Amino acid sequence: MKRFKPLLSFLALIVLWQAGVVLLKVPDFMFPRPYAVAQALYEMLVDGQLYKNGVASLFRVTWGFYLALVTAVPLGLFLGRQRSMRDFLNPLIQFLRPISPLAWIPVALMWFGIGDKPAIFLIFLSSFFPLVVFTTSSVLNIRSTYLRVARNFGFEGKELYLKVILPAVLPDIVTAIRITLGTAWLVIVAAEMIAVKSGLGYLIIDARNSLRMDRVVAGMVAIGVIGLVLDYLVRFLERMPSVTWSRRRR
Amino acid sequence: MEQEKTLTKIEVRELKKAYIERRTKKRFYSQCGAHEYCPVLDGISFSIPTGCFTCFIGPSGCGKSTMFRIISGFEEPTSGSVLIDGKEVEGPSSRHVCVFQEDGLFPWFTARENIGLGLKDARSPGAQEEIEEYLELVGLSGFGDHYPHELSGGMRRRAEVARALIMNPDILFMDEPFGALDFVTRLQMREEMVNVHQMFDMTILFITHDIDEALQLGDKIIMLTDRPSKVAWDLDLDFPHPRDLSVGPLRELRREIYHRMGLHVAL
Repeated sequence: MKRFKPLLSFLALIVLWQAGVVLLKVPDFMFPRPYAVAQALYEMLVDGQLYKNGVASLFRVTWGFYLALVTAVPLGLFLGRQRSMRDFLNPLIQFLRPISPLAWIPVALMWFGIGDKPAIFLIFLSSFFPLVVFTTSSVLNIRSTYLRVARNFGFEGKELYLKVILPAVLPDIVTAIRITLGTAWLVIVAAEMIAVKSGLGYLIIDARNSLRMDRVVAGMVAIGVIGLVLDYLVRFLERMPSVTWSRRRR
Repeated sequence: MEQEKTLTKIEVRELKKAYIERRTKKRFYSQCGAHEYCPVLDGISFSIPTGCFTCFIGPSGCGKSTMFRIISGFEEPTSGSVLIDGKEVEGPSSRHVCVFQEDGLFPWFTARENIGLGLKDARSPGAQEEIEEYLELVGLSGFGDHYPHELSGGMRRRAEVARALIMNPDILFMDEPFGALDFVTRLQMREEMVNVHQMFDMTILFITHDIDEALQLGDKIIMLTDRPSKVAWDLDLDFPHPRDLSVGPLRELRREIYHRMGLHVAL
């Protein structure tokens, strides 16, 4: 029974949805019935649109996110250890962070033109700042006892990072990855509505232009499902023994 | 041997430490101003012979831990000096290993990996064998592959002691190492510390708030006053182990310590 509870909530949603549409007499062009959406999903699955656009979106998210990961985490580790650089860069990061990646769309288009690049750039922006901030604060939160032990054993440079700092912040970084990847996925759809001619965001805007509300909602469903899968995959990371210690400690 | 015992290992001269606290919330409450000058250590001097088990007692918050951090090289004194083997302390060293008050085992490593932390080549068969020996020494054989959170509080402390001992340090600093343990475990650890000190020829500095612990372990007890602290009493104990505190001169000493700490309890 417990295993089916998540499915049950989806079932309840569909029932409510159907009831709402029927009882309120919502016309199809305002909001489609579940069945129409299912049909649209099936159509797009068969003609390969869903696959093609899903892959296009995932491709951009993967690139943007990885670029952010490999730059933000080292920078965060560095800033967490260097007081002076932190004082210098932190105001800048805090200033840039609240600027929505969507506000960067015109800039991205100017710089990179049409294609994958501006979308990747936007994903990068959406992931970079949170990852830097998470990593920095995580390094700052390492228990001082651990750092003293490290000093006591004379750990420096590479050894200090590999034996103490990196393992200490790894659980936080995995959590940050989980949150940031969700945001990246959020942003990609918006980015694709403007900058490119493929991807799930484009699929939705294209369907809207041809007044196919069933396809719009089908696109939304696809986004949700992929988001769910991504989250599920990241949760595998959380189960590694080098990560679980933080939750099981006392 | 007798001669070696009398060699001075640690010499602390007129140690002073004051913190200057700025812009903290405290300034609204404290008597002093925004730049509060907060003296912690007020001229502490003592010397510790090689191989001596020295216990430090004193009211909580009196600066024992601060003093430890200075002697072990983690912090600089405001004035005064600390000499180890006649040389000024310049920073932490793996020859002087600390067991800190809080859990210091790395939770991301197993007990075995933690104990091998200070070894040069911990993966080599030789080192692994050594780690196994120390696991056994502290009664943790069979628990090598457990993570710290899978061990009890007492076992974690044992692993930490093993991690320090395997370095074969000259000096072992222990800052209230058994404070968080339950009563019975604490008594066991006390007994084991006596054995450890007899097995390894090292100088041990041991902070405790437990007067009985100090009396049972120490070759020397240094009592500190309240903050800003000075040495209130530098006491040498020359009693064989195991010690029974309920009779004779040790009982009298305990009474005296209680008295000097301003405690008037019936014993």
